[in-house]
Amino acid sequence: MDTSTALYLTMLIPIVAMAGNMVFSARENLRDGITFLCATLTFVCVLVILCNVGNATTGPYELFEVVSGLSISFHVEPLGLMFAMIGSGLWIITHIYGIGYMRSNKEQHHARFFACFSIAIAAVMGIAFASNMFTLFVFYEILTLSTYPLVAHKGTPEAVRGARIYLGILIGTSIALLLTGVIWTFTIAGTLDFTKGGILEGKIAPTLLPVLLGLYAFGIGKAALMPFHRWLPAAMVAPTPVSALLHAVAVVKAGVFTMLKVGIYIFGIDFLASTGASEWLMWLAAYTIIAASVVAMTKDNLKARLAYSTVSQLAYITLGMALATSMGALGGGMHIAMHAMGKITLFMCAGSIYVAYHKTEISQMQGLGRIMPITFGAFLIGALSIIGLPPLGGSWPKFLLMMGAADAGHLTIIGVLMVSSLLNIAYLLPIVGRGFFRPATDTRLPKTFSEAPLLVWLPPAITATGCIVLFFYAGSIQNFLAPIVESTP
Amino acid sequence: MSAVETQHVARDLMDQLPVLQVAIPLIAAPLIVFIGNRKLAWAIAFAASAAAFVIACTLLWQVIDGSVISYHIGGWAPPLGIEYRIDALSAMILMLISGIGTIVLPYAYASVAAEIPKKQHTLFYALFMLCLTGLLGMVATGDAFNIFVFLEISSLSTYVLVAMGAHKDPRALTAAYDYLIMGTIGATFFVIGLGMLYMATGTLNLADLAERIADQGINRTVRAGFAFVVVGMGLKVAMYPLHHWLPNAYTFAPSAVTTFLAATATKAAIYVMLRFLFSVFSPGFHFEDWTLYLIFIPFSLLAMFAASFVAVFQTNLKRMLAFSSIAQIGYMLLGIAMLNATGLSAAVVHMVNHGISKAALFMGVGAMVMYSGSAFFDDLKGLGRKMPITGAVMVAGGLSLIGVPGTAGFISKWMLVQAAFENGWWIIAIAIMLSSLLAVIYVWRMFEVLYLTAPSDDCTATDPPLPMLVPMLILAGACIWFGFDTELTLGSARVAAEGLLAGSAGMMH
Repeated sequence: MDTSTALYLTMLIPIVAMAGNMVFSARENLRDGITFLCATLTFVCVLVILCNVGNATTGPYELFEVVSGLSISFHVEPLGLMFAMIGSGLWIITHIYGIGYMRSNKEQHHARFFACFSIAIAAVMGIAFASNMFTLFVFYEILTLSTYPLVAHKGTPEAVRGARIYLGILIGTSIALLLTGVIWTFTIAGTLDFTKGGILEGKIAPTLLPVLLGLYAFGIGKAALMPFHRWLPAAMVAPTPVSALLHAVAVVKAGVFTMLKVGIYIFGIDFLASTGASEWLMWLAAYTIIAASVVAMTKDNLKARLAYSTVSQLAYITLGMALATSMGALGGGMHIAMHAMGKITLFMCAGSIYVAYHKTEISQMQGLGRIMPITFGAFLIGALSIIGLPPLGGSWPKFLLMMGAADAGHLTIIGVLMVSSLLNIAYLLPIVGRGFFRPATDTRLPKTFSEAPLLVWLPPAITATGCIVLFFYAGSIQNFLAPIVESTP
Repeated sequence: MSAVETQHVARDLMDQLPVLQVAIPLIAAPLIVFIGNRKLAWAIAFAASAAAFVIACTLLWQVIDGSVISYHIGGWAPPLGIEYRIDALSAMILMLISGIGTIVLPYAYASVAAEIPKKQHTLFYALFMLCLTGLLGMVATGDAFNIFVFLEISSLSTYVLVAMGAHKDPRALTAAYDYLIMGTIGATFFVIGLGMLYMATGTLNLADLAERIADQGINRTVRAGFAFVVVGMGLKVAMYPLHHWLPNAYTFAPSAVTTFLAATATKAAIYVMLRFLFSVFSPGFHFEDWTLYLIFIPFSLLAMFAASFVAVFQTNLKRMLAFSSIAQIGYMLLGIAMLNATGLSAAVVHMVNHGISKAALFMGVGAMVMYSGSAFFDDLKGLGRKMPITGAVMVAGGLSLIGVPGTAGFISKWMLVQAAFENGWWIIAIAIMLSSLLAVIYVWRMFEVLYLTAPSDDCTATDPPLPMLVPMLILAGACIWFGFDTELTLGSARVAAEGLLAGSAGMMH
């Protein structure tokens, strides 16, 4: 299969999955089977692209031109390919988990749920392979709209309110700020193609550059940079599979991925470094890292705590871009993968606890570790990876980011990263501690081993293993990503 | 007939297209009244507007290269005789008007049956044809007085069409009366303006007017004439703050009428405005620049914010969409006032894109009102779930209204903001974006009512019959299609904008 076919298939197959869910909405096994097959095929297609292309850049493959100079077109480059692999690979696992969760939790409207989920994946693939900012923006908005029904899924007033915040912030920032920035870029640069080294050099007054960067940084609301982070905790009203794949991996990573793409291919790392336009962004990201961690400590609701933790971790990636050094950008890129694996584990564990015992608050989870050791074990591994301890994947990107900060000569940032790790320990590990060592307060809990259903506990166990495996493959990921920061050939 | 003769006839017919464009619906109207059969009346009306649509497409195809067709009525050469002039802009608007007319008619068949007493049906179709004639005439003609005549034909028929909503809600009568008064004031202003221009120049042919005004320069009479024309047309355009007639007229008119008017009537008026601003006068005149900068821009911005803001608080969906129309007209006038090629293309393409989106939305509301009895949000609860296809159409139209990527509305918004940046008006660019956030709010209120509230238990609503469904789906499809394939819409709009910017020179042969 040639690369362009495989590339289009990665977007088409999820659409097929959506259609399958709509057509066979009443036959759940057939429907879920189709989705599983489609998820696997999508992943295979991404692998085919990987085999064909490696970490070279190919394309662009133009689908069609919308307005002269603006076309829907795609290309393959290492960062996007990695993002596509994460998205499609974790879709398989999350789908298995989703089946278990939705069925054992007796949620309604399964077909609609999985259909919207599939569109969201198609949009993620579009974002991953977009070869210009216009295409990326189109898919970015499709992703927002397709996840809105997922957040409002339960239809309760609370869900509706959460969905309203979700949509209001994401659509609001993207239309008011991001689109303005994109059109501005197009007007001055005459193109929106992602080009190594950026397209803006010499086209914009240095004083305006931070403004344009601000339009992007705040406009990409999915990156949850403070003060536009409120949508992420609000989105936690969604069923947990959504929180796991979309709000720990696909949607938020689409945000920071866009941020990296913009930093590397629109502005150009060197251009940012030479003008210092991104310095304010670096400090804002640093602030977000610390502030979100502090807020996370105050949350008793597990998913809310994890959401704030995500806000904090996403800012690492923004920070990587804003450092404007190649190490920083690499660290940011790698953190997309490592954080995805760790955070999806944590969310699936939270869902598993909810499915088994309907506990949402951390204070109610005492003693649960003893009866759900697999869930809590997976949670521990995920948490350690987020904190960034070896031998877990999460340790590498922090290492790279610190080196990037040292390159840029910002020692304070190294301090920020260290403090953040300590804060992570403070808000993540007590959950595990309570689970294993404190006696259960709820007397109705069983005394012996009693896990959530297989389809619910197995997926987090797999991703937890993934966190360990990734530690040993960090070098390959770094080599794989290296071309994105190499100076222009 | 030999092949050669057939060819001759065909060629002769092709030459007559500009007048046939207007004549066919004009003849259809009395024919419908004479025949008096309800079904036949519909068939004639549909055939006439379909023919008009085909003619408009052919005309656009002929002038898309930037050329101009000049047709002399009765063979009398202008400026003495009446001239019809077709260029890319007029052909595009002709296509919009006749296209929407053709799409609305199948929908109207079912919807009119539900909303208007049976004995008025043939009259409805006759009036619809007259309205179509008037709108097409306004756009096709190159003669200022002829514009007035067609304006009155379309307006008078529109007043009656709006009043036909009285069968369901007597307030349609006051709405029609309001519209009658305001519309008449507008038309009177317009004709006073024409009188002044005639006084100063001695001609009513648009191209001739342009030439003579350019020759003799500006005097007070011409300026007063300009002012009267702009204000008069401003009323018909529903330019803020002359929009007072619009919300009630759209709310209480029968659904099919609202759909047709929302998509076409204001657009034809904007077309006339464009003709006067760019072809008769030209932006080179200082007073025109000042009019655009000091009147059009502030009032457009006010429309975009104030009307959208008011829309957010409406409790009646039709009324909400009506206020949204006033805001969207603000975008079009803003694009015009930017005075660059991108801005003008944005204005022209938005006329088409907004026409399509609004038509889809009003059709959807109309279908829901058939079951719920009213367009109040309280009566529309959960109907999106009960009527999935209608709901989907409203989603497509609503997203296009916001300007979400992948929809037609996105293209117009993009062009408009780009035009603002090209002028260096970044505050205006930000204002456009902020005002579209208001659109997000009011459109989302609609979505929440349609999808996130529970329908009443005894709700038996289902999707409407096929003749209503197909037009809705075509329009919704167009909302998406023109968000990706802009060759027809934006391509023609660009040719039209270049023609307009060439100024009165574009009117010469």
